[in-house]
Order: sequence, then C-alpha cells, then structure tokens
Amino acid sequence: MNRQRLRRGISNLMVGVMGVSVVLAVLPLLLILGTLVVKGAGSINLDFFLKMPVPAGETGGGVANAVVGTLLIVGAACLIGIPIGMAAGIYCAEYQGSRLALITRFVADVLNGTPSIVVGVVAWTLIVARQKHFSGLAGSAALAMLMIPMVMRTTEELIKLVPNSLREAALALGYPRWRTSLSIVVRTTLPGIVTGVLLATARIAGETAPLLFTALGSQFMGTNLNQPMAALPLTVFTYATGPYEEWHRLAWATALVLIVVVLLLSVAARLATRQRFSRRG
Amino acid sequence: MYGKFTAVKGVSLRFPVNRVHALIGPSGCGKSTFLRALNRMHELSIGGWITGRVLLDGHDIYAPGVNPMQLRRRVGMVFQKPTPFPMMSISDNVSAGLRVDGRRGRGAMAEVVEQALRRAALWDEVKDRLHASAMALSGGQQQRLCIARTIAPEPEVILLDEPTSALDPAGTQRIEELLFELKRDYTIVIVTHNMQQAARVSDTTTFFYLGSMIEHGPTRQIFTAPRDEQTEAYITGRFG
Repeated sequence: MNRQRLRRGISNLMVGVMGVSVVLAVLPLLLILGTLVVKGAGSINLDFFLKMPVPAGETGGGVANAVVGTLLIVGAACLIGIPIGMAAGIYCAEYQGSRLALITRFVADVLNGTPSIVVGVVAWTLIVARQKHFSGLAGSAALAMLMIPMVMRTTEELIKLVPNSLREAALALGYPRWRTSLSIVVRTTLPGIVTGVLLATARIAGETAPLLFTALGSQFMGTNLNQPMAALPLTVFTYATGPYEEWHRLAWATALVLIVVVLLLSVAARLATRQRFSRRG
Repeated sequence: MYGKFTAVKGVSLRFPVNRVHALIGPSGCGKSTFLRALNRMHELSIGGWITGRVLLDGHDIYAPGVNPMQLRRRVGMVFQKPTPFPMMSISDNVSAGLRVDGRRGRGAMAEVVEQALRRAALWDEVKDRLHASAMALSGGQQQRLCIARTIAPEPEVILLDEPTSALDPAGTQRIEELLFELKRDYTIVIVTHNMQQAARVSDTTTFFYLGSMIEHGPTRQIFTAPRDEQTEAYITGRFG
C-alpha cells in the first residue's frame, strides 16, 4: 500500500514540475505582451496609423509611413522568396538523391543559421553599394534571402511526407513526373505549405538588422521601392534609441503593433492547419 | 532486373483479350515485378530495366519511340493500397486521368465520370456526393474509386497488384464480382497471393517461383491437374 502512495506521490510531483515548466515557458510571451499593452496601448488610436511622424519635440503624429513601408517591403520579399523557396523545396523533396538537392539542402541550412545582420550587410554590398543609394527593394532582397531557406525547408519536409503510393498512382495514370509533383503532391500538401509561408512571413516582418543598411528608414511617406523606406521595426529602433519621451511613447506603440501583426500571422497559420484536420473527419 | 540483380527471368506468356489472367506464387517470387514491367512502371524504381520484349497489339512497348506516359494510359494499374488523391473530390479523382490528356469540356467529363463510376459499381453509393472528399469513403469504396479512376481514360488492359489484400471480405467479394463484368471490356492481369481468389476469378493462371515462370495454363487445369510438382506443392499449401 505504501509503495502505491509513493508512486502516486512522485507522479503528482512530476506533473507539478511539468506544469511549472509550462508556466515558465509561456511567461516570457505573457510578459512581453503585457508590457507592450500597458506601455503602448494608450498611444494606439486611428491617428497612429494614419498620421505621419511629426518633427522632433512635438507631440502626436503616427507611423503611417512605417506601416505602408513594412507592407511593401515584406510584400515584395514574399513575391521573391515564396516562389523560389517553394520551387527549391519541391525539387529537393522529389529528387532527393540528386547532387543538386544535397548541395541545396546544405546551403539552405547554413543560410538558416546565418545572422540576419550578415545577410543585411551582404545585401548592402550587392545592391546598395552598387546602386549608390538605399532602397526598400534592397531590404526586400535581404528579407527574401532570409525567407527562402525557411520556406524551402518546410515545403521539403511536408512533401517528403507524401507517401510514394500516391505518386505511383498518378504515374500509373500517365502523369509525367513534373506534373505529378505539381498537381498531385503540392495540392496534397498545400495547407501545410501555407502554414510554413505564413510563419516565415511573420519572422521576416519583424527583422530589423537587415533593414538597417538596406531600407534605411525614412521620415516621409513613400511607395517607391527604389528609395529608402520606413518600416515598423526600423521605427521602433529609431524611436526607442532617441532622446525624446514622445519618441519612446511611440516606440512602445509601434512595438505593440508589430507583435500584433506577428501574432495574427501565427494565428492564421494555426487556423490553416486546423481546417485541414477537420476535413479528414 | 534492377541493376545487376535479375528479379524475373525466362518468362514467355500470351494474354488473350477480354480474359482475366492471374499471376500467383509465394512472396518475393517476382510476380509484382513482372506486372510492373507490363506498363513500364518498374523503370521508376532505381535501376529497373528489362531484356526481351513486351508486345501490346503486336507493338513492343519498350521500342525506342514509345512514350511511357501514353502507354500507361492504355495499360492502367490498380495498386494494393487504395490511393485516392486526398485533396480532391470523388469526381475530380475519377477524372484525374482524363486531365492529363488535355481533354477539357465540363459536360463531357461529367459523363465519363458517371460511366466510369457505374462500371466500377460505385455510382449508386456516391452519386449524391460527387464533390465530397474522396477520403470519406470506406476502404473498399476507395479501391473501387481507384478502379473507376483507372478505367475512365478507357485503357485496353488493366493490371491489378493484389487489389483486395487490404480489404475486408465483403469489399474483396465486390471487387471480384466487378472483375467478372470488367473483363467484357478490358483485358485483366491480376497478381494475387490468395489462391482461392485466383481460382475464383481468373481464366488463366501463371505460377511464379523464385523469379521464374514455372507453369502457365487454364485456371481449372492449374488447380486440378498441375503438370509441375512445384506448382502442385504450392497449390496444396505445402509452402508459400
């Protein structure tokens, strides 16, 4: 009887330890969200999104140009990064043994681990120094370079999960290999790929270092990707390190907006996954 | 053959049209490999190739100018595990083989889909939910869906690789009944490790053992008076 009580006691203790660990793991996110909401929510109003920054020292103003800038820069990065990443992932999964696939996978892993500031410097060297001006497009290029290995890896892992019997069934119907890859395999894994893409987008939306030497940031509203552009992470950086109280207030608010954007993208990614499972019934 | 390894040798067979031919033998005897050589599917395995010829209507399907993909539209294959395409509806699954040909036209396709489903004895069960996901069907229904998908492009030959081994007895019986009707329009070659099934459904039978063709003849003869003693040993259950 005693041994039973002891076992149950240890079991409860361990469950308790795990529960505490869960709380500790979730705590940082809660602290971040909590701090941002407390410090930043007060400054969020419609003006915040619609107004332009005002001269230093004055109050009010918003980050409209940063919102537009982030949308454009991240949008362009996605246009470059998603097709390349997906295509590379599909190739590596469908032609697994080939030398090109092995090399690509290795390169992608290295790129995944490269510090984002290094990627920014590379984009500076390749684009900004050559063009002799900063531009949003250079920022997009840098972000795309970060995005490609992420999208590629997710796509590849998902496609590898597709059973070979499915491919054989398509080939037996007379499908050529490339069409089997695109029509059948990709269609099957599309919800998972969408999830991967959304998560990759969420990551690059918050990247600051690559944008420091490429998009540079700007006080003005711009839609020309060939010019320096404002972006939300850059705004946070500029305002947070500035000397004015007003700027600090705006920095908190911008940080809150940024994390809400990331959160929304992540939630969307979760919803996409859930849809797929419920259809399987 | 795969690389240097000879999986099947010394086979010489004729399959007359509109009959069911069974390939039997213990596991690993090469019957599936042989079947896959009949529509050039074994080429998709690493290092798969053949010596000799496979003639369809008198033309060698391994001749240099032959397009394997077009060949596979004339010689269809159904696999052991039912594999409906997961993200597609039932009717999209059936018409999947048609879309490779470039045949468009919604109306025409819907007709072909219905025909194929009727011939696969699945129409009555799915006619009200043609746009539902194919994954909602039972194992036996999925296999019949795969059969419908294979016959929609009007092949001449249907190859079946142990089509009922993943199904329950009721599903198995329905597929076997289906084969009786299908042979009116198609030539059927079926690999099975179930001897009783071979005895039930086929007109001719070939016995494979260790990569060689041991005996070939009318089913009744193989199962009642086999000429080779290895055949007899297998039939009577002494091995395999």
